[in-house]
Amino acid sequence: MTNPNPQSGSPDKEPASEAQAAQNALGNTERAEVATEPDRSVAKPGPEPEPKPSLGRLFLDNLWAANTFTVTLLSLVLAIVVGAVLMIISDPDVLSTYSYITSRPSDAINSSWTLVSEAYANLFKGSIFDPEAFSGWLNGANGWQAVLAPISETLTYAAPLVFTGLSVALAFRGGLFNIGAQGQATIGVIMAALAGFLLPLPPGLHLLVAVLAGALGGAIWGFIPGILKARAGAHEVINTIMLNYVATYFLTWLIVQNGVQDPNRTDAISKAVDSSAQLPRLLGDNLRVHAGILLAVLATWAVAWLLNRSTLGFELRAVGANPDAARTAGISVTRTYILIMVFAGILAGLGGSNMVLGSTASALTPLVVAQIGFDGILVALLGRVKPWGVLLAALLFGALQAGGNRMQSYSGISLELVTVLQALIVIFIAAPALVKAIFQLRAARAARLQTSLAKGW
Amino acid sequence: MSTMAVPDIAVAPVDEGFWTRSRKVGLTLLALGLLSAVLFGALATDQQARFTLSDDAAGTALEINGTIGAILFGIITIAAGAALLAGVPKRWFLPVLGVGLVAFVLSFLCWQVSAAPTGQNFMPLVNIIRGTFILALPLIFGALAGVLCERSGVVNVAIEGQLLMGAFSGALFGSISGSVWVGLVAAAIGGAFISLLLAVFAIRYLVDQVVMGIVLNLLAVGVTGFLYERLMQTDAAKYNSAPRFSNWEIPLLKDIPVLGPALFRGNIFLYLGLLLVLVIHIGLFRTRWGLRTRSVGEHPIAADTLGVKVLRVRYRNVLLAGVVAGIGGASYTLALYSFTKNMIGGKGFIALAALIFGRWNPTGALLAALFFGFADQLATYLGAINSVIPSQFLAMLPYLATILAVAGLVGRVRAPAADGKPYIKG
Repeated sequence: MTNPNPQSGSPDKEPASEAQAAQNALGNTERAEVATEPDRSVAKPGPEPEPKPSLGRLFLDNLWAANTFTVTLLSLVLAIVVGAVLMIISDPDVLSTYSYITSRPSDAINSSWTLVSEAYANLFKGSIFDPEAFSGWLNGANGWQAVLAPISETLTYAAPLVFTGLSVALAFRGGLFNIGAQGQATIGVIMAALAGFLLPLPPGLHLLVAVLAGALGGAIWGFIPGILKARAGAHEVINTIMLNYVATYFLTWLIVQNGVQDPNRTDAISKAVDSSAQLPRLLGDNLRVHAGILLAVLATWAVAWLLNRSTLGFELRAVGANPDAARTAGISVTRTYILIMVFAGILAGLGGSNMVLGSTASALTPLVVAQIGFDGILVALLGRVKPWGVLLAALLFGALQAGGNRMQSYSGISLELVTVLQALIVIFIAAPALVKAIFQLRAARAARLQTSLAKGW
Repeated sequence: MSTMAVPDIAVAPVDEGFWTRSRKVGLTLLALGLLSAVLFGALATDQQARFTLSDDAAGTALEINGTIGAILFGIITIAAGAALLAGVPKRWFLPVLGVGLVAFVLSFLCWQVSAAPTGQNFMPLVNIIRGTFILALPLIFGALAGVLCERSGVVNVAIEGQLLMGAFSGALFGSISGSVWVGLVAAAIGGAFISLLLAVFAIRYLVDQVVMGIVLNLLAVGVTGFLYERLMQTDAAKYNSAPRFSNWEIPLLKDIPVLGPALFRGNIFLYLGLLLVLVIHIGLFRTRWGLRTRSVGEHPIAADTLGVKVLRVRYRNVLLAGVVAGIGGASYTLALYSFTKNMIGGKGFIALAALIFGRWNPTGALLAALFFGFADQLATYLGAINSVIPSQFLAMLPYLATILAVAGLVGRVRAPAADGKPYIKG
């Protein structure tokens, strides 16, 4: 398919970009295709009569152009700034220094800076690298585990998000909006846990069965909206939202049933998964990172292969780009819709099994799935609905989560700030025109900043 | 229903052949009736099932023997199903269906009430009705917010966020100012703030509306949760002790048996909610504003051609929706509870379900919200009498009902044609 925006490289005036965005929004059918092959359109030099600019010139041009990378980075910056403002206005002590800002501005600036910089430093130390732990290791005060602990936490939080992010992204590419990753992960977590403590199997096989049970659970929960969409035309957004809650209530009911509930407990918690069904830890027992992250990378590769190299992936993208054209070309749209949702369900179900077979939890509780399904939507959007992009986005979100924990315990900044940051990042990413306007960015060479692909009800 | 319906398969052959929708529904009703007459009848006990017309066991009551009641109402359901199966005039379809469903519920109640532990074989109707309305209240406001938004063509998945923000700012500013009215206005502004974001991003920046709604919900959860921990938890007396609206008794109406004490001794939000349903219904179908709103939601290009300012109508409606939902959020914090983290807890999504189940119609949304509220209240009641029915399954009911409705099994629902599609003036 040709580039729907022939004038994309044209003058970077505001109206031009508006029209462009408009065209993108209207040409729903073409948008998926734009997302599919952006790299090619960039890599292809095209017949340019003028002499090629130097590499450095190109780099500088692109640095301040509204391309994917710049917009993502600036969205992050904007989110961090808004987060800082929230921190300041919610701290009565710091806020009080602003009452006399005209007479002694240094007070306000200093106290704000201390508050914000400490919080964000803890966010960084908790998720990536803590210099104190490193010097402690050099001095022999602590082991190497302490140095890797932040990374380990980040990877632990990222693993399930990769799966749910892939689930949402895969459905997006097929033109469906899977809001049901939460519900699919919930059923996945149930099945994985049941297989984990009910089946007496040898190690290895037990783990495999438990992981597959999780995938099966997700597949079932994805199949329902898929078949309803294909057979009755029922909108998947509505159905997946509803199924999320059905799954949640089913989980809360199941936990307290005989044979599932921990016999030694009166509160809502199930028996623990057998150790033979738990994902092995990668760096010893002190660090929480487990084999789930390896599975996540494998899944990313598999989804990338499925989308870009397989017949099914081609059909899926074709249906996502234009169902009518796909049908004319002989692709069964109904079959593809069902398959998309089943695959999306499998991925989300795997994310669910990660939550109970990994080191996050080993028993079912009402909140065992946390928010991975909803976070998966954000991850998919941030990753521009591309498999490897989703992996990176999940790592970022995992880092925010891990760092947020440290920020909460060291700086007393509520973990909710992380939710705010995540939501803000995605809001800015979803509206590149806004970021572009705020930072006065140049228009991008390829118009590929629209991430949203879903249609109305 | 869907903009992406798949035309290559028959979409439920609705009006073809013998099996019309009415007959299918009739068959389902017949099966339900058989189930209730046989199963509920067998499980019910010989205790009297008492439906008292008061708050407790005392006072006059409607009584019926449990087994007889369960079977009797089951037979009524069977009769209704049989009538639909035999074929009734189209205008009789809904009333007959209604009678069948109500009888089914009554049969179920006869079984449950008679099988309750001895001494608890009564159902206080005043309590149940009042609880139904209280639980339905945020759903009514939320669904009305959805109606306002979606009728003008903007999908509103952010109802949850609007309710939450309304509840939060109502509690915060109500506490700081010490005035319920300031709280109420602040709540409306809080809801409108989320709406403003939705409107700007959906209308100006053409962000996908479902995506925006989901993200705004998370943003609202994050911002209110963050400020709750920072402000309200540290100094609850100052920031989280909003004054509450006292109950207003309406003269005359409050003396109606059952309904009087249940409905007309409530707080301002109940009256406001019911009034809003009426106002929005009349406004939508009887005024110029309503015609414009609907035309913008169904066919913006045509509306634009006729001189309607499409984007302005959408902005206004989305903001109004935020105001309505914000007040709905305040019905929690300015009447019932103090603010807690994520206190809406999915009610916004049930409101969305009520909106869809009510077919994007204010009155329909009210009925759907009441049905969902009743299911919720029933779950509480059954929990109190140690019923064998798990409350979680009753809690699933709204969601399952919506799935059935959307799948076309209970009658087709159709969204406004331009719902979710940004309009670009050409």
